[in-house]
Amino acid sequence: MDFALAFAQAITKGLLTGMVYGLMALGLSVIFGVMRVVNFAHGEIMVVGMYLAWLGFELAGVSPLVSLPAIALLFFAAGYALQAGLITPFINRPEHQQFLLLLAIAILLVNVCLVLAGPDARGVQSEAMFDSYAIGPLVLDAVRVHAALAAIAIAGLLWAFFTRTRTGKSIRAAADNHMSALVVGLDVRRLYAFTFGVGSACVGAAGALMITIVPVNPFLAAEYTLLAFVIVIVGGLGSMTGALLGGLLIGVSEAVAGLLLQPSLKSMFSFGLLILVLLLRPQGLFGGKAGT
Amino acid sequence: MSIVRLLIGGATPRALALLAALLAFLVAAPAFLGPYALSVAILILYFAFVGQAWNIMMGFAGQLSLGHALYAGLGGYIAAGLFFHYGIGPWVGAFVAVAVAVLAGCIVGYLGFRFSLAGVYFALLTIAFSEFTRIAFDHWTWAGGSGGLFLKVQGGVTDILNLRGGATLFYYAILILAVGAFVLCRLLLESRLGRYWLAIREDAEAAQAVGVPVFRCKMIAIAISAALTALAGVWNAFYYNNLFPETAFAMGRSIEITLAPIIGGLGTLFGPIVGAVVLTGMGELFTDLTEHLKISGLKQIFYGLALLVIVIWRPAGVWPWLAKRLGVEERGR
Amino acid sequence: MSGARLEIEALGKRFRGLRAVHDVSFAVPAGAIHALIGPNGAGKTTIFNMIAGVFPPDAGAVRLDGRPISGLRPDLVCAAGVGRTFQIVKPFKGLSVLENVTVGALHRHADLETARERAGAILDALELGDRRHQLAEALTLPDRKRLEVARALATEPTLLLLDEVMAGLRPTEVDRMVTFLRDLNARTGITVLLIEHVMRAVMALAAHVVVVSSGEKIAEGTPAEIARHQAVLDVYLGDAAGDAA
Repeated sequence: MDFALAFAQAITKGLLTGMVYGLMALGLSVIFGVMRVVNFAHGEIMVVGMYLAWLGFELAGVSPLVSLPAIALLFFAAGYALQAGLITPFINRPEHQQFLLLLAIAILLVNVCLVLAGPDARGVQSEAMFDSYAIGPLVLDAVRVHAALAAIAIAGLLWAFFTRTRTGKSIRAAADNHMSALVVGLDVRRLYAFTFGVGSACVGAAGALMITIVPVNPFLAAEYTLLAFVIVIVGGLGSMTGALLGGLLIGVSEAVAGLLLQPSLKSMFSFGLLILVLLLRPQGLFGGKAGT
Repeated sequence: MSIVRLLIGGATPRALALLAALLAFLVAAPAFLGPYALSVAILILYFAFVGQAWNIMMGFAGQLSLGHALYAGLGGYIAAGLFFHYGIGPWVGAFVAVAVAVLAGCIVGYLGFRFSLAGVYFALLTIAFSEFTRIAFDHWTWAGGSGGLFLKVQGGVTDILNLRGGATLFYYAILILAVGAFVLCRLLLESRLGRYWLAIREDAEAAQAVGVPVFRCKMIAIAISAALTALAGVWNAFYYNNLFPETAFAMGRSIEITLAPIIGGLGTLFGPIVGAVVLTGMGELFTDLTEHLKISGLKQIFYGLALLVIVIWRPAGVWPWLAKRLGVEERGR
Repeated sequence: MSGARLEIEALGKRFRGLRAVHDVSFAVPAGAIHALIGPNGAGKTTIFNMIAGVFPPDAGAVRLDGRPISGLRPDLVCAAGVGRTFQIVKPFKGLSVLENVTVGALHRHADLETARERAGAILDALELGDRRHQLAEALTLPDRKRLEVARALATEPTLLLLDEVMAGLRPTEVDRMVTFLRDLNARTGITVLLIEHVMRAVMALAAHVVVVSSGEKIAEGTPAEIARHQAVLDVYLGDAAGDAA
C-alpha cells in the first residue's frame, strides 16, 4: 500500500509540475506554429523570468505569483521588440542562420544572468514553501498546487485570446496559411512580433511559476530549452493543446521515472520518447496535422 | 584525371601560392611558436578538422546535425577505454572507435532518412540520440560513469605508438588530420558523390528525379562525417586525458562543432578553417580582455555579441567575403 | 508489346479517400510526341508523379518498353530512361546553371569533366549557354523552365515528361521551345509526353492528345479530333464559365 501511495503521490506531483512545463512549452509551440522559427533561446528566456521573479522576492518581498503579471507584460514587450528588431529579417532565411541568431541571443541572455546573479542556485524561500494540502492520504505541496492553478488560468486566458479576440484569430489565420493571410491584408510583420511577444510572455510567466518550485541557476537554461523541445515534439509542434498535454505527460513520466529508477535516469525516458515520437508520429501524440 | 589536377584544378596561381605559404607556416609553426601560441594553434586546427567533418553533413548534403558530440564522444570514450582497460593503443583503438561511431551514425541516419525527417526535426533527432547516450554513459561503469575516465599523464615521455607526449606531438597529429580532411573534402566535392550531395542540399526531390540515389548519398555523408568526427574525439581524449559524459556528449559540444563552418561559410572548403581562426581568436581575445576582471560569463557575452554581429552582417559566412578581398574565390557552384 | 514506349494501364490513385485518378489508360509509341491536357485539378500531374515514381499507384500499371516501372523509386525510374520536369520549377538554386545540368549528366557519365561537357552542349542547344556561370536562383522564370528541360535531358532519357514547360513563356519563346522540342524529337527520336495548357504548343507538337477531367480520361485523338470533341468542349467551356464567375 505504501508503494501505491508513493506512486499516486509521484503522479500528482508530476501532473502539477507538468502544468508549468506545459505553459513553458506552449510559448515555444505558439512561436513555431505561427512563424516556423524554432526558438533555441526558449529555456534562456524562461531562466530570465525565474531570475526576475526571484529578484522581486529578494528585493521587495513580492511573491512570484504577484509579480507574474508584471513579468509577463515585460516579457511581452521585450519579445515584441526582439522579434520586430532582430528576428523578422531572419524569417525567410535558412534554418541554420535562424539557429545561429537565436543561439547568440541565448548565449547573451544566460551569461548576463551569470554575470549579474552568479553561478549559485537562487531560490524563493518562504513559510508557504512548507504548506501542503491533504486530499485523503495524498499530500500536495501548496506551492505546486498554486503554480499549477496559475498555469491553468494563464492557459485559459491564452485560449480565450486565440479564439475570442481579433488579433488572436488573425494570428491563428496566419499560422494556418501564411500566403492567404498576406492576401487578405493582415499585417504579418506586426502579427509575428505580437506572437513572439505572446510566446515570451508565456514562458516568462512559466518562469515566475517555476521559481516557486525549483531554485534557478544559469545552467538550467539549456536543460529547459531541450525539455521544451521534447514536450512540443511529443505533444505536436504548433499545437496548443498538444503542448499542454505533452507537458503533463513529461511531468508525470519524470516523476514516475524518478520514483521507479534513479532520478538521474529520468530524462533518458523523455529522450527515448522523443525519438519514438519523431520517428513514428512526427505530428506529435496529440497533434492533428502532419508536422513537416 | 590525375589526383593533382583534381586537387588544384581551377585554383588560381595566386590562391595556390597562398595555400603553399599557409601549409609551410603550419608545418614550421612549432619551431617558433611559444607554448601558449601553440596551444591556440592546436585549438584552431581541432575546430577546423571537426568543422570540416560536420560540414560534409550540413554544408554539402544539407542535413542539419546538432548531435555530433555523439560521434566525438563515442570515439573518445572507446579509444580511451580500450587504452585504459586493455592497454590497446589509439592507433588500433581509433579503428574500433571509428567503426562504432559510423554504426551510430548509420543508425541515426537510417532512422532519420527512412522516416524522412528534415530540417529541425532531423536536428532534434540527432540531439535526442546524443543526450540519450550521455545519460547512458553516466551510468556505464566501464566508461567511468559520471565520475569520468582519466588517462595517465606521463610527463616528458614521448610515445608516438600510444599517442603520449607533449603539445608538439598533438599539434602534428591534428595538423595531419586537418590537412587530410581538407584534401578528402576537396576530392569528395570534385566527385559525382559530392555533386550529388550539393543537389540533395538544394532540392532532394529534384535530385532524385535526375537519378540521384538520395537515401544512399545521405547515408554515405553521415558515415564519413561520423568517422572523421570520431577521430577528432580520439585525438581530443588523448590530448586532454579526461572524459566526462556531461561534456563529451553535451549539446554545447555539438553546437561548438557547428560554429566554425557556419561562421566561416557553410559548404565551402576554407569556411571551417577561417571560422576556426575567427572563433578561437575571438575566444582567446575575450579571455585576455576579461581575465583581470574576474567576472565569469563576461567572456561569453562578448562571444555572443560577436556571433550576433557575424550572423547579421555576414550571414553567408566570413570566408566568401574574405575570399573576394583576397581575390581567391572558390569557383561558383 | 506493340512497340509502345510508355503504357499506362487502368491507373488509379486516391488521396485521403478522394479520387485523384481513376482507371486511366493510354499509350505513347516510341518516337512520338503526345500531350496530356485537361482542366486544373484533373489529375495530370498526379499521373506524371506515378510514372516518375514519386508515389506508387493504388491500381493499375506503368510500363516502359514493356517493362513494369510502377512502384520504383524516382531515381530508378530515371535510370530506366524517364526524364521529367516539375510544374513548379525546382532548380538547384545555390548552384550555377552549368552545375545544375551537370548533376543530371553525371547520371550517365560518372566523370565530372565529361558530365560538364555534356551539360554545356545541352545548355547551348537550349540557348542558356551564355548564362552557364550564373546561379540558378538568378534566372528569370522562362530561363528556369528551360533549365528544367535541360537538366532532364542531361539524364539522356528515352521518354521525356514535360509538365507545363510553356506556361509563363511569351509567344515567341513558346515558338522557340516548340521548335527545339520538334528538332530534338526528329534528331534523336526521343519520346515526349507533355502536360500543357498552351494550346498553340499542343497543336504544333502533339500527334495525339489525351484529355483527362476529374481524374478520368474523357477523350483521346488527334488535336483536330479533340478540338471538335463534345465532352472536351463541355469540360473546357464549363471550366471557362467557372473561371468567369
